[in-house]
Amino acid sequence: MEIFIAIIIPVIIVAAIGLIAGLGLSLAGKYLSDPPDEKLEAIREALPGANCGACGFTGCDDYAAAVKEGAAQPNLCIPGGKDTASALSEVLGVEVETEEKVAFVACNGDCFKASSKFAYNGVASCSAAMDFYNGPMDCAFGCIGFGDCAKVCEYDGITVENGVAKINSNLCRGCGKCVSTCPKGVIKMKTKGNSFNVLCSNTEKGARVMKICEAGCIGCTKCVKACKFDAIKVENFLAVIDYSKCTGCGECAKVCVKGCISQ
Amino acid sequence: MTSSIVSIILAGIFTDNMVLSKFLGICPFLGVSKKVSTAVSMGGAVTIVMILSTAVTWPVYRYLLAEKFAYLQTVVFILIIAALVQLLEILIKKFLKSLYKSFGIYLSLITTNCAVLGITLLNFTENYNFVQSLFNALGAGLGFTLAMFIFSGVRVRLEASNIPKSLQGLPITLIAAALVSLSFIGFSGM
Repeated sequence: MEIFIAIIIPVIIVAAIGLIAGLGLSLAGKYLSDPPDEKLEAIREALPGANCGACGFTGCDDYAAAVKEGAAQPNLCIPGGKDTASALSEVLGVEVETEEKVAFVACNGDCFKASSKFAYNGVASCSAAMDFYNGPMDCAFGCIGFGDCAKVCEYDGITVENGVAKINSNLCRGCGKCVSTCPKGVIKMKTKGNSFNVLCSNTEKGARVMKICEAGCIGCTKCVKACKFDAIKVENFLAVIDYSKCTGCGECAKVCVKGCISQ
Repeated sequence: MTSSIVSIILAGIFTDNMVLSKFLGICPFLGVSKKVSTAVSMGGAVTIVMILSTAVTWPVYRYLLAEKFAYLQTVVFILIIAALVQLLEILIKKFLKSLYKSFGIYLSLITTNCAVLGITLLNFTENYNFVQSLFNALGAGLGFTLAMFIFSGVRVRLEASNIPKSLQGLPITLIAAALVSLSFIGFSGM
């Protein structure tokens, strides 16, 4: 009898409470929850789940719902690239075209090359530094180097080296979060490939750029003459590369006196 | 009666604060306090679950376990709290879609929140009756929310400050938590 009270009853009590809870939950699950949407879940499965917002929706869940209702194109997921697009095309039964993009920092003015107006000693964030006279650098266009972009990058693809952000193009998935975060607008997107980039965004006259930065484009047009494919133009004293024409031959980088063209 | 209820609520918020004086529920306190809005909604969810689980566990303990099986209370309470949280999640998902989205994963995390188990157990060490227990749970929940709110404010400031590299991340968070807790120790004995 003592054994009965000491062992059997506690077991019955715990089991009964577990049974009641389990039954209650399964009933609630059956009658109160919505039936799962198979197509929506398949679409959501195909997406990478980074919730980066590059598609223009607040996350993968929202984008999946929009794709299912046909409100959004299925090729908007940039981080997923071709893999996601082909998975989505299987689920939806339509062809999906994609174009892989990659971001780069159009500035090469590190702390040895670019001069600064004053010593900034405040909150270590580019957007905060922007509030003080557009940042501590003499160049109004260049990278401030506190790495707001590195903080938002989901793929650890951005590092700040000597006061300039560098993007590892192998890690970059082209979501564009850094582009919208950079208060200077110095990060740009281009189609993935071996084309060259101008690592400067300064549109001031060459004489001024010479004074404030050793690595700035002065608009000398040497690269324009060196390019055999007519892919470079100088607009507002800044070389601009037409990526649709650039073949990646590298002639422009060889002649650039400031060394601000690179791959 | 009324004065005891008021003192129970005040004790739950200040002198016996769940997180900052009793050190229960530290994981959401450190894990979900990065943004003020999520911290407060986590606090709200914990408060609701605390009151509900007290309402269920109190009669179960008093009429089923108290006489001979008091040692079963931890096991049974964990079972009840887990089931309640799941039920609450199903109900919120059904009827309050936007709230469900803002809670996200936090609601299911409450299942293993020791502050909820703590309050249901403490109700009996303090020998509270049913009504007092409910208000004790309310006070503890409000105290938890207050602690989350204060600490998320501190962490927002931490994000923007220049912290030595060796202290960045969790170390400085723990130091800040200790300082916030120290300020609440000042209430003890009142």
